[in-house]
Amino acid sequence: MPPFRPILAALRYHKSGALLIALQVALTLAVVCNALFVIEHRLQRLSRDTGVAESELMVVNNKWVAPAAELPARQAADVAMLRALPGVADAYATNAFPLMGGAWQSGVRLDPTSQHYVSEGASIYFVDDHALNTLGVKVTEGRNFRSDEIGALVPNGSPDTPSIIITRALARRAFPDGHALGKAFYIGNRDARPSTIVGIVEHVQTPQTDSSDDIYWNDSIFVPMRLTGSGAFFVIRAQPGRLPALLHNVPDALKALSTRRVIPAPHGVLAFSEVRDMAYRSDRGLAWMLAGICVTLLVVTAAGIVGLTSFWVGQRRRQIGIRRALGATRRDILVYFLTENGLISLAGGLAGVVLAFALNAWMMKAFETSRLSLLYVGGGMLILLLLGQLAVLSPARRASRVPPVEATRTI
Amino acid sequence: MFGYYVQLGLRSLRRNPVLTLLMVLVIAVGVAASMTSYAVFRVTSGDPIPEKSSQLFIAQIDNYGPEGSDGDPLPWLTWRDATALVNAHKAKRQTPLYPIAVSIVPDDPNTMASPARGYAVQADMFPMFDVPFLFGAPWSAADDAGSARVVVIGKNLNDRMFGGANSVGREIDLEGTRFRIVGVTDRWDSRPRFFDLDTRQKGFGDLGEIYMPFARAIADGREPSGGNVCNRPSKPGWDNFVHSECIFVSFWAELPDAASATAYRQFLHDYSAEQTRSGRFSWAPNVRLRNVMEWLDFRKVVPAEARMSVLVSAAFLVICLVNVIGLLLAKFMRRAPEIAIRRALGASRGAIYAQFLLEAASVGLAGGLLGVILTALGTLCIGAVFDPAIANLVHMSLPLLSLTVLVALASTLVAAFYPTWRASRVQPAWQLKAS
Repeated sequence: MPPFRPILAALRYHKSGALLIALQVALTLAVVCNALFVIEHRLQRLSRDTGVAESELMVVNNKWVAPAAELPARQAADVAMLRALPGVADAYATNAFPLMGGAWQSGVRLDPTSQHYVSEGASIYFVDDHALNTLGVKVTEGRNFRSDEIGALVPNGSPDTPSIIITRALARRAFPDGHALGKAFYIGNRDARPSTIVGIVEHVQTPQTDSSDDIYWNDSIFVPMRLTGSGAFFVIRAQPGRLPALLHNVPDALKALSTRRVIPAPHGVLAFSEVRDMAYRSDRGLAWMLAGICVTLLVVTAAGIVGLTSFWVGQRRRQIGIRRALGATRRDILVYFLTENGLISLAGGLAGVVLAFALNAWMMKAFETSRLSLLYVGGGMLILLLLGQLAVLSPARRASRVPPVEATRTI
Repeated sequence: MFGYYVQLGLRSLRRNPVLTLLMVLVIAVGVAASMTSYAVFRVTSGDPIPEKSSQLFIAQIDNYGPEGSDGDPLPWLTWRDATALVNAHKAKRQTPLYPIAVSIVPDDPNTMASPARGYAVQADMFPMFDVPFLFGAPWSAADDAGSARVVVIGKNLNDRMFGGANSVGREIDLEGTRFRIVGVTDRWDSRPRFFDLDTRQKGFGDLGEIYMPFARAIADGREPSGGNVCNRPSKPGWDNFVHSECIFVSFWAELPDAASATAYRQFLHDYSAEQTRSGRFSWAPNVRLRNVMEWLDFRKVVPAEARMSVLVSAAFLVICLVNVIGLLLAKFMRRAPEIAIRRALGASRGAIYAQFLLEAASVGLAGGLLGVILTALGTLCIGAVFDPAIANLVHMSLPLLSLTVLVALASTLVAAFYPTWRASRVQPAWQLKAS
């Protein structure tokens, strides 16, 4: 049992130093807990699975320069050429792909006249019968589109086709009883026609990357329609090992077929790994930055504790000497300083818990983060207590080596 | 005396180099982290057009009612409303605006066409937004009325296509239609580009560099390349889209003073009320008129990451300062006997203050100088956290450098205040007796 009473009594003589350490521990705990919480949230975001065969996919942003009437033929010719290109497993033209960073979103209703949406931001992928094969997505219930089902999306048209394929997540949202296949819902505006769910895929992430769309991150709808506008993305799946070559060959082949097109540079031709990289750049960056700050903060706090405790040890050499002369063991002195620091850190930590939740409450308002879990606060407190003990170890050791003869010296 | 204190200070700092180095490092790291994130925040939250930002306004009119918007109207207008506002001519200058994407077809059939982002606007936009011209001038009001095939291009595009020569009067092929160039704008680096926020980089990065008459773009069926919302059904086809309740146009007005802004707000309200009377809207007028900075705030242009990093690094700096207070306290109080002797020999409290503040200031200065190096390193690493479009705008500058040193110095002095006060309170008699 460490000698709490004399420690507390002695603390009264260096209130300001003890307060400063406690304050630092409190502030550090508040910042570190919240930072770790944000880091965890961001890492969770960027480790989400898109559900597609990422390592074999590439995307080309293409815009045709041609009169509107020729656009469908141009698109068909390009897609046919790409599918025949050596090294290409499959390809299709579409409006969007996972992690693209925002595309067509629509509300989904069970009743076309109701104000109630089962999803307010489901993402629409306009595809043909090759899309699921290209993406490497399996239909787990129902069937893929037939080639005769593929319609055309006219300018300002709407995506309310008779047959659609949706993700399991959206199916569950719309039909919580688990029987979505063969049922219909309504995509888009009030006059929408019903769309029957002919297939369900396990999981395909949406194009949205903004955190405000996180609740809909796997509400995807595949609509069997060809685009008829001037722009489209080619999504291409390479045969195993052929992706690096295709990243060069595909734009060349497109250019060889016709130069009357635009493929923007940079970012016109992307391997899916680059798409992922761009989508989560700021999440990853923020996580790294916060992690860096946390580590520095812990080091700074530890250094502060070492500095102040060393000062106290220097100040109290005489008192330590007297205690040693009166029979205190080296271990007693060591325990004294460890306990002293433990008490200060604990007081600081408790204040830090309050501060951490206060900071979290403010961040919930300012950044729409969620509530800090107690696990982080508890873990953070444990880390700081341990850190304090480690930091105090070296000055405490030095204190324990103060010889009893020190008691007889005047300075 | 000053020189003597400096000497004393330096000697004292040398006496425990580890403690001194620790303080310098802590200050440097704290200041560098704060300054780096502040630099990013400054860039993203800056006023893109300081002379006029309080005179330029964007109008919002709720055309979907309580069902389609939660409180604030959506950020765009229908073609119909934008056109009505333009035709009303209630502002000093005004323009409808929407971003477009064009394909520039080269004369050589063997080279691929190149993309360019641009804006469909009216001639008023150029003087309104203070767009600088290198060659030529904006098109005329008659060109707007006659939906002429004319364009104004940016300096970069002019450099790429014409080697920087005066291209006014020459033609450019956009998707097979020839447009006459009437003007070339000079470099125009105002960021964020407040009228073009619907890109991935929200107003940063490479933005539009070609401008064409609004009426021409509509007539040619140029689709909006920013955002659009269609909350009401409309029939297929471009014309139906334009005349539907789909929103995609911004409307900007120049209103030179508060009175005209108030009057315009009233005008918007009356316009919306008129729509309700005519049966188009079934709700009370819900309109907004925001100036540039209010608009940037409403559209949340400053990335959450930038705001969060400012907050975290400010907290970091505070913790570093608490640390420095403790270290300085330890350092100063260790010299209580020395202070006591000086006091006993006649030094005033003021003299003690001066001596120790000076010592702290030298630590702060050293921290500031090291902080400058770390801030410079930090600005190089911004690309790892933020979009390159934003990172490229942040670099070490003289103001940032001076601010870094100043903040380091000021915060160290603030931190030194309490330890110095304690030092000045040392009782000479008590200390002398104790030793």
